[in-house]
Amino acid sequence: MLIFSVFKTLTDQTVIVELKNDLLITGVLKSVDQFLNIRLDNIQISDEVRHPHMIAVKNCFIRGSVVRYVQIPADAVDTQLLEDATRRGSRFCYKRCPKFPD
Amino acid sequence: MSSLQGYVDRERLMETLYVILSPVLYIDRVLVILQDGRVIVGTLAGYDQKSNVVLSDSKERVYSTDEPVEEIPLGLYLVKGDQIVLIGEIDSEKDASTDLSDVRAEPLPAIRY
Repeated sequence: MLIFSVFKTLTDQTVIVELKNDLLITGVLKSVDQFLNIRLDNIQISDEVRHPHMIAVKNCFIRGSVVRYVQIPADAVDTQLLEDATRRGSRFCYKRCPKFPD
Repeated sequence: MSSLQGYVDRERLMETLYVILSPVLYIDRVLVILQDGRVIVGTLAGYDQKSNVVLSDSKERVYSTDEPVEEIPLGLYLVKGDQIVLIGEIDSEKDASTDLSDVRAEPLPAIRY
């Protein structure tokens, strides 16, 4: 849920999505849902000579399960804040699991 | 009863017209990439929450390095959502202006987890 919120703050940023078939797609992040399915506008394939398959495609919907990486602009995310939120999140998980006391 | 039958026929006529006209007018043409690397182009007739999609008048585009792109007509296709990698909206002008017989490319690789 945390990562979903992070992605929601990244809308309208230009991101590079690397898929599990090694395709790299650059585009403007338009929306994201709970499965981390991604909608990109104004897309560009990194190696268009090798992959001309999507030359006529302007915007696309990418299924979250096939995304390997999303490269995001460094200044678009507050790393400190994210670190703290992640730590809080994991403590919350530990509390609910008796095997790992806080 | 006869009046109802009239509706059915008209519906079928509209469907037929739509199938004939949509590739000419390029209505809502989409490109779907599947997990095994296949590329299917069709008219998006429907979808659901699990991103299952129905494509009407669909064609598979087979890419190869030493032969031009081959378009294999598939007709009405239901693609399961879990097989889908990407769905892209096709810019009809750009698609019409690219001559597929000039395009030579490796087929897209399959998804590897």
